[in-house]
Amino acid sequence: MPEATFLDANEMVLNMGPQHPSTHGVLRVILKLDGETVLGTECVIGYLHRGVEKIAENRTYVQFAPYVDRMDYVAAVSNALGYCHAVETTAGVEIPERAQVVRVILAELNRIASHLLWLGTHALDIGAMTPVFYCFREREEVLKIFEKYCGARLTTHAFRIGGLQYETYGGFEKDCLAFCDWFLPKVDEYEELLTTNRIWVGRTKGVGILDADECKEYGVTGPVLRAAGVEWDLRRAQPYSGYENYEFDIPTCENGDTYDRYLVRMAEMRQSARIIRQGVEKLAPGPIKGKVSKVLKPAVGETYTSIEAPKGELGYYVVSDGSVKPYRIRVRPPSFVNLQALDRMCRGCLIADVVAIIGTIDIVLGEVDR
Amino acid sequence: MADENKPSGEGPPSSGDSAAKPAGAPPEARVSKPAAEPAAKPPPKKKAPAVMEVSPWEGPLVDALKERFGEQVKEFLSYRDQNFLVAELPAAIPIIEYLKLEQDFDYLVDITAVDYPEREKRFEVVWILYSFAKNVRVRIKAHAADGESPATAVHAHLAADWLEREVFDMFGISFEGHPNMKRILLPDEWQGHPLRKEYSIIQQDQDWVRENLHIESA
Repeated sequence: MPEATFLDANEMVLNMGPQHPSTHGVLRVILKLDGETVLGTECVIGYLHRGVEKIAENRTYVQFAPYVDRMDYVAAVSNALGYCHAVETTAGVEIPERAQVVRVILAELNRIASHLLWLGTHALDIGAMTPVFYCFREREEVLKIFEKYCGARLTTHAFRIGGLQYETYGGFEKDCLAFCDWFLPKVDEYEELLTTNRIWVGRTKGVGILDADECKEYGVTGPVLRAAGVEWDLRRAQPYSGYENYEFDIPTCENGDTYDRYLVRMAEMRQSARIIRQGVEKLAPGPIKGKVSKVLKPAVGETYTSIEAPKGELGYYVVSDGSVKPYRIRVRPPSFVNLQALDRMCRGCLIADVVAIIGTIDIVLGEVDR
Repeated sequence: MADENKPSGEGPPSSGDSAAKPAGAPPEARVSKPAAEPAAKPPPKKKAPAVMEVSPWEGPLVDALKERFGEQVKEFLSYRDQNFLVAELPAAIPIIEYLKLEQDFDYLVDITAVDYPEREKRFEVVWILYSFAKNVRVRIKAHAADGESPATAVHAHLAADWLEREVFDMFGISFEGHPNMKRILLPDEWQGHPLRKEYSIIQQDQDWVRENLHIESA
């Protein structure tokens, strides 16, 4: 009798990544397979670890602000909003109305940009090639607004602790409104391409299901949680930056599968446009920076503050020892925590679905690894 | 290293400003005259032991916890409207389980730690919990000495798996009962735990240059 070969074995281990186009960065997944069925996965992460929490301890509060943009680099504005909000909470700084409104507008524009990047790449992973071109075309318009506002497109460093560095440029309001008017029909266009597309539906419906209880168990937040039917959004639950003054819906679905998460994000883009329009209406002249001392020394204390980033709850735990440098800054990244549920979502599905599931969680490895 | 110059700035902000700026990179470069200042570092630290201005945290949840856990919870405090409690290390997980099962705190937001090397129990382990039903967030803090192992929260919240591994990776706090207690962000063969205060990034850089490029870096 010849010895058993790999052909006889039921289980096979397959390595995926870290250099793989549909792992959205440098994510390595070890798959345990039975034929084409996934029995289990293990994520190997850390390839993009830069030690931002350690860097934070060696920088002043102000110096550290640009670093946060490099975590979730497709949603740099949201990172900056979260960080500024956290430091302002720790230091007890009040933000002028106008600065808050501009922050909301830019953060929502960024949410649209982030979701567009997600949609394009996610669809591309699954085999729909057209949406990525459309999505990048629209995302470009958002980046142009960022560029006009602060000179940078990706890692914007748009906000400063206490408010804003720059006044909005002439025509900012017009650009934002024009973008909303132009963008909303484009969302319909994406939906025409995908929502009833049989291949899309076949590849996403019932794939990677994570129900509400499992989401809570894994600490999963953001669109993934809302797709499982939990109407929870930090902008509503614990408003910051004046979100309590805006009218918007929290889109939810029921099944918690890849298709539902797609629907939730599409609806969220529409809601973001709605918030931007309200923001532009609210934009009244006024100061853009609150009273912050040049040398920022928050009183000794600890706070945990979080915002609703495009990917979920982004929290900052700031410990101040009363000096100009943070004693400790802990980033609670949504991508890192959400990625943990990958194993549960993948079990029992096919290899091809793993790609769809990685896409649907919407991770950015810069944020997973920090 | 360079951090130590900063906390001395208890004086007026203007003097703190000028003292803080140059302290960033080369403290030795210009200490010839104001050498007394860095040397006199320890006294000002004692002079103004700035502490967190906390207020007591009260409410039905606190009463329930007091009744249930008694002396095991040392303090119920609130700072900037954020509530937290300080518990004995072995009581942390029973509290988390109690909060989950009987008080609806069903979402483990985060687990992290803070290093205070000068304390007898140097680590402060922090669990952040949230209740969807109540829309309330609480923090649980417990102190752990170097080498002391808190129990894992994985059996109460699956989210604790990676979060605890990260704390282990960064601080070297090992969680007892964790199914897979190994490094997560750094390579397995990494030496040291970067978020400990004595871990110097400059030293790390110099060591790397010496080992790999065989030169001394500045």
